[in-house]
Amino acid sequence: MLDDNNTRIALTVNGETVTANVPARLNLADFFRHDLGLTGTHVGCEHGVCGACTVLVDGKLARSCLMLAVQSDGARVETIEGADASGRITKLQQAFHRRNALQCGFCTPAMLLTVGELLRVNPKPSRDEVRDWISGNLCRCTGYQAIVDAVMEVSA
Amino acid sequence: MSTDLKEPIGAEVPRDRAKRLLAGRGRFVDDISLPRMVHMAFLRSPYPHARIRGIDTSAAADMPGVVRVVTAADLADVVSTWRPLHNRFPTMAAPEQGVLATDTARFQGEAVAAVLAATRAQAEDACEAIVIDWQALAQVGDVATALTPGAPRIHEEMSSNLAFEAEVVAGDAEAALANADHVVERTFRFHRHTGVSLETRGILAEYDPTERRLTVYQSHQTPHQQQDLYARLLGLPEHKVRVICPDVGGAFGVKHHLYPDELAACAAAVLLGRPVKFIADRVESFMTDVHCRDHEVHARMGFAADGQIVGLAIEDRFNAGAYGQHPRSSVAEGNQITRLTGAPYRLENYAAKLKMAFLNRGILGHIRAVGHPIAAAVSEALIELGAKELGRDALDLRRQNYLRDSDFPLTSAGGVAFERLSFTQCLDKALSLADVGAFRQEQAALRAKGIHRGIGFNTFVELTAIGPEYYGEGGQHISAQETCLLRMEASGQVRIHIGTTDQGQGIDTGIQQVVAGVLGIPLDDIEVISGDSALSPMGGGSWGSRGAALGGEVAMRAARTLRLNLLSMAGFLLQKSADDLDLVDGIVVDRQHGTAHMSTADLAKIGHFRPYTLPSDLPSDLTVTARYASRDRMFIAGNGIQVAIVEVDTGTGLVRPLRHLVVHDCGRVLNPLLVREQIRGGVVQGLGSALYEEFRYAENGALLNASFADYLVPMAAEMPDIEVAHVTTPTETSELGAKGAGEAGLAGAVGAILNAVNDAISPTGAFLTEVPLTPPRILEAINRVAQIE
Repeated sequence: MLDDNNTRIALTVNGETVTANVPARLNLADFFRHDLGLTGTHVGCEHGVCGACTVLVDGKLARSCLMLAVQSDGARVETIEGADASGRITKLQQAFHRRNALQCGFCTPAMLLTVGELLRVNPKPSRDEVRDWISGNLCRCTGYQAIVDAVMEVSA
Repeated sequence: MSTDLKEPIGAEVPRDRAKRLLAGRGRFVDDISLPRMVHMAFLRSPYPHARIRGIDTSAAADMPGVVRVVTAADLADVVSTWRPLHNRFPTMAAPEQGVLATDTARFQGEAVAAVLAATRAQAEDACEAIVIDWQALAQVGDVATALTPGAPRIHEEMSSNLAFEAEVVAGDAEAALANADHVVERTFRFHRHTGVSLETRGILAEYDPTERRLTVYQSHQTPHQQQDLYARLLGLPEHKVRVICPDVGGAFGVKHHLYPDELAACAAAVLLGRPVKFIADRVESFMTDVHCRDHEVHARMGFAADGQIVGLAIEDRFNAGAYGQHPRSSVAEGNQITRLTGAPYRLENYAAKLKMAFLNRGILGHIRAVGHPIAAAVSEALIELGAKELGRDALDLRRQNYLRDSDFPLTSAGGVAFERLSFTQCLDKALSLADVGAFRQEQAALRAKGIHRGIGFNTFVELTAIGPEYYGEGGQHISAQETCLLRMEASGQVRIHIGTTDQGQGIDTGIQQVVAGVLGIPLDDIEVISGDSALSPMGGGSWGSRGAALGGEVAMRAARTLRLNLLSMAGFLLQKSADDLDLVDGIVVDRQHGTAHMSTADLAKIGHFRPYTLPSDLPSDLTVTARYASRDRMFIAGNGIQVAIVEVDTGTGLVRPLRHLVVHDCGRVLNPLLVREQIRGGVVQGLGSALYEEFRYAENGALLNASFADYLVPMAAEMPDIEVAHVTTPTETSELGAKGAGEAGLAGAVGAILNAVNDAISPTGAFLTEVPLTPPRILEAINRVAQIE
């Protein structure tokens, strides 16, 4: 949006350089969704509790609803679209599919990024460690067990 | 049972739709944008009850990006008001409701005015600039106050706040209780919560005035119901109204109602001739999604000395919130409680009364397992109390009183027809999986160390796949029939068009499996097209566990017709009797020897491009329909039992679920993977109901916890693994034999946890009857007993 009060930002999103003029109040999730068309990042609560908007910012899991777009200036960001295209979560996606570790799918992109990060830092987690790691990601459909099963299958 | 119901019917097939969701390629309503689209935000009442003396929108109209500010008066010519009448409950009060409040707001969150602007943020900014002259009125937040003579009236058109009362009677419960050797009596309280779909409600409405065409994208369970409502309330020709439900991010009953704000978005689209998007934020969701439960049930159960239940009497007091829920009305939860309490048991003397009031609270609607968790929890807590009173083993007491195979079919004391239920079989299976003896030993050993574990059993009946009579007689335009259209393309691949919808439960896959199995073509050659009122034949959508039972049955019928047509074509072309041919994996084969003759693609090409080579009277339609409208039954009943093992910290009052088992009977299982995961998800929602989820209100009626920070839902770390097993008693009301499975998890979990917690703390002498079982309630119950002693 053209506005004198906007701030120019430049960042890397899924490996591509992006520049934009953004209002200071625009959060990162809305920037992805509305400005970049990256609608795989979902917004469930807008106050950082449900975890549906989780993305990777400079390699770390972050709630994109709690970050302003202006704060991402210079950052390297990955969303579900990038993770999917990279092939690095393919095994997790397949295990989630096979075990029906998703129903409505609204929490799923963030859940995949979250457990992908778990397996990077802890390739052989216990079931309790998986449950603990995803305890900031609300899934209202599955009851979580199939998600834990899928992660355990991939980590085995 | 039919012999053409072959694999993949009954196989653990994963869902096609899941693939795009896993790739971040799902398409939810908020992912869709249209040219010239504007965003709608609502100014909502901060008061639970207030007079609106004036609305000044002038400052808001001048705000950046604002296209229009609307109040009820601005939309009055575009959209009608409504009353959620139900002719089966003719005495039920159904006050008028509109898209925006006019002179009075009756619950906190009720929409009063709205802004349409270029962005959502601008629309919200402008909402803050709307000035409303409020006069706060006395608010009524509980049923007892609401029904006190002289209480402030919520609807001036009514003489009191009593919305409905009813009675269900079988035999003479009062006499039976008076003569009983033992009577147990308690008042149970189930607090108010909601369904919490992770994707909030949302709608995008586009109107073309040149054709009077309204196209609506909506996160919803029932596109045809919405098409009908929008056409009637907006005065549009129904065939020009199209409701598309794209990917829906969870629904659980929240999304099968008419919501004023969503209808307002449609009305605004008509008013402006531009696409209008409204996406509820989480606070709006908590305040204005339909709520559920909020019942107080007083119950008495009488036993003979030998343990036989001789009588049961309950009184349920609940509320509709501020208005009736449209179009289904708000009676059902109380109605289900009066119909289902005591349902697993032989019961001759039963009396159930219900009273429903209006309150200054959000509207109560139908959320997953309507009434079931309450009916089951009350019944099964009474059985536990009865067993204590009689000095009997509670499982033994259940077994003695369960309805038996020889009792079926019967109409229950609550007035529900039960075809055949499997209570004893489910209990047997549960006991084969849960070693109660070993648990009791461990429990005793741990108690000596101050660790309090408990086991809880909960038998439940699950009412599924409602028949057409309930809403048909009620006068609502809610379809309980299903129609399926199959179209074979020239490639031999098949599109299924059906009125059931898929919000993640996976019914599209179940229907795909039925067609693959009956027709004899590969799953990958079949796609289901659902959730679009223009593309799918008129049907009911998905709610009340109807997909497998009704959608599955009608898909089976359509597939049989298409199969007959294909085999008759092949018979003519091969000069063989169609009876000697079969379809396997998309190939016409000799039934006896399996010799391959031709593919469905060969047949489809002839049917579509060279039909003149077939006799004109040969059944050879490649687009076929079937219809299934059940008769003379209200529900297809299923049943099951849940077993919970929990640990209660008697110092902090915290409950930790340790193990959870479900034995369930939903007849023929189309896809065990999907049924299992449905049940697990339902159980976890039930654990939320039992332990965490509750709306809290301040004394002035303000909702205190309309955020995920304050309204607790189950997260992964607190939840146990859940074992699921099946007993299979197919329904004979259909050929497929499937019953619904979506309510079971929630229906049984609440009572299982209640009984498990009460078992765990039984040495303290406390017995809780208030749900959710929060730490303060548990500690208070324990302390109360300690003080008495």
